[in-house]
Amino acid sequence: MPVTRVHDMGGRHGDGPVTPAPQDAPPFARPWHARACAVTLAAGALGLWSIDRARHARECLSPADYIRFGYYEKWIAALADLLVATGAVTREELRGAPATPSPLASRRLAAADVAPVMGRGSPYGRDGAGPRFAAGDPVRTRRPARNLYVSGGHTRLPAYAAGHSGTVIRCHGAHVLPDASAHGLGERPEPLYTVAFRAADLWGVSAHPADSVRLDLWESYLESP
Amino acid sequence: MPHDDHDHPHSLLPPDPALRVKALETLLVEKGLVDPAALDAIIDTYAHEVGPRNGAAVVARAWSDPAFLDRLRTDATAAVAEMGFTGRQGEHIVALENTATVHNLVVCTLCSCYPWTLLGIPPGWYKSDAYRARAARDPRAVLSEFGVVLPAATAVDVWDSTAEIRYLVIPRRPEGTQEWGADALAGLVTRDSMVGTGLARDPGTCP
Repeated sequence: MPVTRVHDMGGRHGDGPVTPAPQDAPPFARPWHARACAVTLAAGALGLWSIDRARHARECLSPADYIRFGYYEKWIAALADLLVATGAVTREELRGAPATPSPLASRRLAAADVAPVMGRGSPYGRDGAGPRFAAGDPVRTRRPARNLYVSGGHTRLPAYAAGHSGTVIRCHGAHVLPDASAHGLGERPEPLYTVAFRAADLWGVSAHPADSVRLDLWESYLESP
Repeated sequence: MPHDDHDHPHSLLPPDPALRVKALETLLVEKGLVDPAALDAIIDTYAHEVGPRNGAAVVARAWSDPAFLDRLRTDATAAVAEMGFTGRQGEHIVALENTATVHNLVVCTLCSCYPWTLLGIPPGWYKSDAYRARAARDPRAVLSEFGVVLPAATAVDVWDSTAEIRYLVIPRRPEGTQEWGADALAGLVTRDSMVGTGLARDPGTCP
């Protein structure tokens, strides 16, 4: 039985054509998009949540809001929810009550630190167990696609790729496991693989026989066939 | 930790998106959690400094410098770092070379992961439901919406960015550019060609 969330839309039928944009279109279509992006990155730099928890906060928007909101509306809504969940702001403050100075202000991202912090990023590779699979190995993805620790929790195995046979084409070493990191369960690094699937296996007769779909999947998403 | 809060705090903010952002920004500044000058610096970074020119420089060098191409194949993260391209949403890079028989297309079906250090902020279509829903299942139809029609014999490999690996497509080098230097070659490399929804520009159409 599928246990998907609304964000897990790969393969969905019924969406219309994609609308291309000019190659030189400005990166922010509206001034508030730029502010939303910057506020989200600056708040993220406080270090109160992982990127996985931030993604999960967007996924936890109600399906009606997820569909209705644009990209940066999702970001801002999830940011407000995260700030309350971590105690950084209160519901009363969101309602417009006078703001109380935060004890976390010492963590504030300074303007002078923007370039080094953004330029450094946060690598996700970790020391960890050696890989169980090697390039060329056949594997099968777990089915259903779900978080093994938290019911309805975050996972990066899309529903369309669950329960399918593919071939490992690359091992990236151990990476932080989103299914744990999104829920405050530590990083639990696992070997990360790129796995190739025949498009025809995923989608059936409509797919071109030569086409493939490749996904980056953690070891616990995979079984020996 | 409950992950679903059906009484979402965000609903306490004004409904208009621009006012929502302003209200949250004002609150975070008043609480001392966000520095307005840092916001301006972030916007300046992604509006003016980090964008598809970075990726185009990588592609042009891959086309014209065989030793660099070897390094790009071995460890693309280190190779692009040589050119100064490091950071957020570019921590782990893999380059995908288009050939006469294989065309690569990148998507993120679960959110909108994109190689920010090389291409900047993703365009609206990349973040759209239509692209996220359809690119993996029906890539040739999506390509046709971008005006790209591939020979039937060309395989399409779609890369769904489900982890922190960020993909850069190296489009095919256009014919008739053997004498071109890297700067001129970079002018042929479009944003879309590095995601796989486009091809490099025909040199006949460039000044």
